[in-house]
Amino acid sequence: MTRIIGYTATAVALALAVYGAAAAVVGVRGRRSDLLRSSELAAYAIFALLTVANLAMVYALVTRDFSVSYVAQVGSRATPLFFTVISLWSALEGSILFWGWVLSAYTAAVVYLHRGSELGPLVPYANATMLGVGAFFYLLLVGPANPFGLVWPVPADGPGPNPLLQNHPLMAVHPPLLYLGYVGMTVPFAFAVGALLSGRLDDAWIRSTRRWTVCAWVFLSLAIVAGMWWSYEVLGWGGYWAWDPVENASFMPWLTATAFLHSVMVQERRGMLKVWSLSLIIATFLLTILGTFLTRSGVLSSVHAFAQGTIGYYFLAFIALVLLFSLVLLAGRSGELKSEGTLDAVVSRETVFLINNLVLSAFTFTVLLGTLFPLVAEAVRGVKVSVGAPFFNRMTVPLCAALLFLLGVGPALPWRRASREELRRKFVPPFVAMVVAGIASVLVGVRAPYAVLTFAFAAFALVANVREFTIGAAARMRAHGEGPLVALFRLVGSNRRRYGGYVAHLGVIVMAVAVAGSSTFKREREATLSRGEVLEIGRYQVRFDRLWAQDEAHRFVVGADVTVLTNGRAVGRLDPRLNFYGGTDQPIATPAVRSRPREDLYINLMAFERDGSSATLRVLVEPLVMWIWVGGGILGLGGLVAVWPSRRRRGRASASFERPAEPAVEAPAAPPANVAVRFGIAGGGAQA
Amino acid sequence: MSRKNRKKIALAVGSVLILSSFGYLLYGGIGDNLVYFLTPTELLARGDAAYDAPVRLGGQVVPGSISWNAETLDLRFRMTDGEKEIEVQSRGAPPQMFRDGIGVVVEGRYSRAGIFESTNLMVKHSNEYRAPPPGHEPEQMYRTLIREEKR
Repeated sequence: MTRIIGYTATAVALALAVYGAAAAVVGVRGRRSDLLRSSELAAYAIFALLTVANLAMVYALVTRDFSVSYVAQVGSRATPLFFTVISLWSALEGSILFWGWVLSAYTAAVVYLHRGSELGPLVPYANATMLGVGAFFYLLLVGPANPFGLVWPVPADGPGPNPLLQNHPLMAVHPPLLYLGYVGMTVPFAFAVGALLSGRLDDAWIRSTRRWTVCAWVFLSLAIVAGMWWSYEVLGWGGYWAWDPVENASFMPWLTATAFLHSVMVQERRGMLKVWSLSLIIATFLLTILGTFLTRSGVLSSVHAFAQGTIGYYFLAFIALVLLFSLVLLAGRSGELKSEGTLDAVVSRETVFLINNLVLSAFTFTVLLGTLFPLVAEAVRGVKVSVGAPFFNRMTVPLCAALLFLLGVGPALPWRRASREELRRKFVPPFVAMVVAGIASVLVGVRAPYAVLTFAFAAFALVANVREFTIGAAARMRAHGEGPLVALFRLVGSNRRRYGGYVAHLGVIVMAVAVAGSSTFKREREATLSRGEVLEIGRYQVRFDRLWAQDEAHRFVVGADVTVLTNGRAVGRLDPRLNFYGGTDQPIATPAVRSRPREDLYINLMAFERDGSSATLRVLVEPLVMWIWVGGGILGLGGLVAVWPSRRRRGRASASFERPAEPAVEAPAAPPANVAVRFGIAGGGAQA
Repeated sequence: MSRKNRKKIALAVGSVLILSSFGYLLYGGIGDNLVYFLTPTELLARGDAAYDAPVRLGGQVVPGSISWNAETLDLRFRMTDGEKEIEVQSRGAPPQMFRDGIGVVVEGRYSRAGIFESTNLMVKHSNEYRAPPPGHEPEQMYRTLIREEKR
């Protein structure tokens, strides 16, 4: 019964998506408001249907209905309820189902928030695009990735989800965030297609697009950081980033989306880079689909590539179709996408954004090349190769350093051109900080050139970005007599987008310092210890006390009791574990981490004697790792600040969605109040 | 030549220079860091090129060839693809499931001494997750572990 409900819901959703897309296009071309209305209703109905289908699957999982093929594939009676629910996204079919639900939610939200929009014909086209992309995924659900297949005879039990997915609660967080980020990038793409199809290529559409992009970007950023954290907490090698193809798959759209968020400012401000910004949106969307293809088609073998299937061809065809369609659209409108402004001076914020975009593109291309090269080599030359992490590090570390430097230069430079006096005033303090930090890090013992450079540039960027806050707040304190905190708060409130961006910059700086610190000063030891034996590392003594074992419902756990001492005094107890799941030969580790602001002590149980007499431990001391997660949080917070609907604007109807909230004198005639309220999500903050 | 044209040409030349140097870097970088995935037979067939290049070597552990010194963390074993055998040396504890006859992938370099020096050892396991065959419970192997220590 559950099976029939779920399958019917997805099949009807497919039909409605095809109908809705067609109705939107015909409706907008023939000015038929009844058709437009029905396509909007189709979007809502699809959201309802996908909700039903997802709930049906969760119900089937929880009730262990093994007649449903997906449940038979990933369910088991032993799996705890929590992991049973999240096994919705533990394999191909379920994750496509969940993807479909997220997409349907975004589509409904776009339709709802932009209904009756002044963007005119753009919105129906965007709606049609979202529904069209939806149709592709619902087609997968009805066809090659049907999670609601029938299994007969009904098995008594199933294998349970992949052990890697039921080993850590972060698996409840990382995939949904990733899907919210990935799928969210469909919205800017749909707006871009809408703008190209409708010819509404003025900047109005880009302001709504920008906000949707920041939303998706926040999710994607948090997803990537959560993924790093998961990898650190589960994979047991003490690292958080391995240039694994699937990590790269999530990273590439982030890079292009970040490039877009910067290039779009140049477009708004100076009317330049129009084709470029559109291309970045399209590239971001394509990279999300490519990422799904890489992850889910089993085309690359990696820790993430759990699922293998035949749907790779569907994805390839879809990618080709989207690429062709976008290129044709872009080419058709290229005449209307001429630059309005030109670069006035080399030393200006535009130039920095331009270089920033070049570096981010080079970055994306490097990662793309390194990720796809093995596929191409295997297909063309028939050799199995992999591209080693040294390639990525060698190519991207200089690019990261350049980005870090630019991240300090950009905010300090004015638009158009800078006077000598302005440059001196803005650049002397960060420059001093850079020199001091560089010298200090050499004195502390940093020898790797790029680490020194990273610390120096981080200091530069930190001072430059923090000064944007302090200078602005100081001006407010003088002008309005506000206290420092009030001034800071109101400053950010006055231009959320700009200061949200700076907050995000601070997050990147914190992460960069943490990554450089943890990789430069990482110490690692591995030893086989008998009971009571001690391993010295840094300022710690790690004593192995004993082994223990315990049965859990879905696994068998072997753990080591370890006492951590500094200067002979016990400061903590850790218990690194190995978890043995039925049906797989590979135990999954749960490393024990003692996390402190200064450094992490990371202990992984590598092996043990079965009589309990000794255990082999890998122990790492990694400075500053905690700050990677903190920096990731700050990054996300910055994005949130930038997109959060401003209360002032929601209450007051004067700032329209069509115009950026420039100083009030420039504000256009007020549209009806409800329009501004409706477009709360799409309205722009003032320009950075 | 007008100023505008000169600017355009400068821009074009600049971009070509930047792109080509970046392309050169990429090309060199990827060439130096390609890790070939080989079997022992394929590795030995490469002759002189086999030595000192980063390689991923895949094969089975020759039964009875494992020697593991827990004190020095020195692991030695022979690997085979059914035709040729290669002596492998690795530092650090092998994965818990490492045993005779199991499929392994080692990452490292083949030294002129004729020993493959591994920096990373992975037990080969299918990404695809299957139900265990009836009666097979891998964790059963570990149940012998210190029952009395159970907490």
